[in-house]
Amino acid sequence: MSGLRRGSVAVVGVAESDLGQVAPETTPTDLMAQATHRALADCGLRLSDIDAVLCAHTQSRMSALQLCEYLRIKPKYFDSTQIGGSSFMSHLAHAHAAIEHGLCEAALIAYGSTQRSVSRAAASPREFNPYESPYRPMLPASAYALAASRHMHQYGTTREQLAEVAVAARQWALMNPVAWEKEPLTMEGVLNARMVSYPFTVRDCCLVTDGGGAMIVTSAARAKTLKKKPAYVLGIGEAIGHATISNMPDLTATVAAESGPKAFRMAGLKPSDMDTVSLYDAFTITPILFLEDLGFCPKGEGGRFVSNGAIAPGGKLAVNTSGGGLSYCHPGMYGLLVMIEAVRQVRGECGARQVKDCDVALAHGNGGVLSSQCTVIFGGPSTVQG
Amino acid sequence: MQDLKKNSPFGIYLEHCRKGELAYQVCADDGKPVFFPRVVAPGSGSPNLEWRVSQGLGTVHATTVVHYRNEPPLNVALIDLDEGFRMMSRVEDIDPMQVKIGMRVRVRMHPGDEKQPPYPVFVPAEGAR
Repeated sequence: MSGLRRGSVAVVGVAESDLGQVAPETTPTDLMAQATHRALADCGLRLSDIDAVLCAHTQSRMSALQLCEYLRIKPKYFDSTQIGGSSFMSHLAHAHAAIEHGLCEAALIAYGSTQRSVSRAAASPREFNPYESPYRPMLPASAYALAASRHMHQYGTTREQLAEVAVAARQWALMNPVAWEKEPLTMEGVLNARMVSYPFTVRDCCLVTDGGGAMIVTSAARAKTLKKKPAYVLGIGEAIGHATISNMPDLTATVAAESGPKAFRMAGLKPSDMDTVSLYDAFTITPILFLEDLGFCPKGEGGRFVSNGAIAPGGKLAVNTSGGGLSYCHPGMYGLLVMIEAVRQVRGECGARQVKDCDVALAHGNGGVLSSQCTVIFGGPSTVQG
Repeated sequence: MQDLKKNSPFGIYLEHCRKGELAYQVCADDGKPVFFPRVVAPGSGSPNLEWRVSQGLGTVHATTVVHYRNEPPLNVALIDLDEGFRMMSRVEDIDPMQVKIGMRVRVRMHPGDEKQPPYPVFVPAEGAR
């Protein structure tokens, strides 16, 4: 399916903007620009080397125009695909295609949000839907809660198993100096927290923070000439399903079951080859669904898979080593930060939380209400020839 | 093909709600039920959509209880109607936590208010098969 070539492009620079809570009147574009400056410093390229811009955020309809104006970039190629939190994996796929076809040489992917400062309601206004809005679902939480209710009903998944995901994320976050959450979290702490949309308490839900990031992508040939160890794009797959939870055909099965196999096929790898995985954890049910849909365990087994600390530090699979959207940072659309952690793991830059001998890392993005799913597999120099 | 200069799919749906009816469509080409109402059928691409009125009996497919601050807990559910389509709604006349997947329910038109037009909700349908 994918016409992209394995390992033909690489991520060469990554950076977060300031995270957590930023000063009043900071704009999303300020955060994107700050992260861009840091990502350029990370790889040694200059702003004038950037000839493609791919970005999206929720606080402006025309983010690429704003970022290009701000940085005065005249891009040869640009893309503002907006499919929610997985947009940035799509941007990487589109940059990959554009670089392969000679449309551009060095692409910038960027994101920024001030949703904590301005409030979620202001940062991501809900679109009115006459078939859903009268029932007042608390979106997006209630949509994911409906999916969780089905998973619990069909597969016996428990609230304790959901809580395992949040507890593991917190343990990883305590090893990440820039994580928002600084205190330990117990299973009781998750289960007894304020109920938001059953079965989710506030601790089953991602954080609401400010923040952003930037990523620089270029050809494999150019990547070898730059400062850092390249993170090659070995495989990438995009898929979209429904827009609204009422129209999701099977609430327990996402189109990660399409994006994942595309990425694995392109990479020539399988789930058991992954040294670590970053799975968009908007809610505790999402890593469970993605572990199943990406093939790390059979459908329905995700709850049992994450039990007994299996995805926590020292467990059988290192999942969301940054601390994830649940405990590290969740600035509205979190996909770019999901990829940045995977790139850093492949580079070996993760300090206390570094996965030993990490050559291959998977980053999986989710958008909307389990709507869009995009999977990327990054590999270090040992995974590509030459 | 519906004339969008005269009325919209939601407008027609709403007219039915005002009469106390839950309306849906069937694609005349492939016979499949369609909800939400559209001008072109999903998949087949056919403009030949026929309006039907549901018998109003269905089964809870998924359920959650929403906790807004300073409000009583609120049920939100997905209901599978017997005619073969699914919609978001809520189940009333019962503790929201007692709404269970698989429960049989029957439609009741909520009157709405000055801002919100009438909309279908559901109540437990004891004994309905």
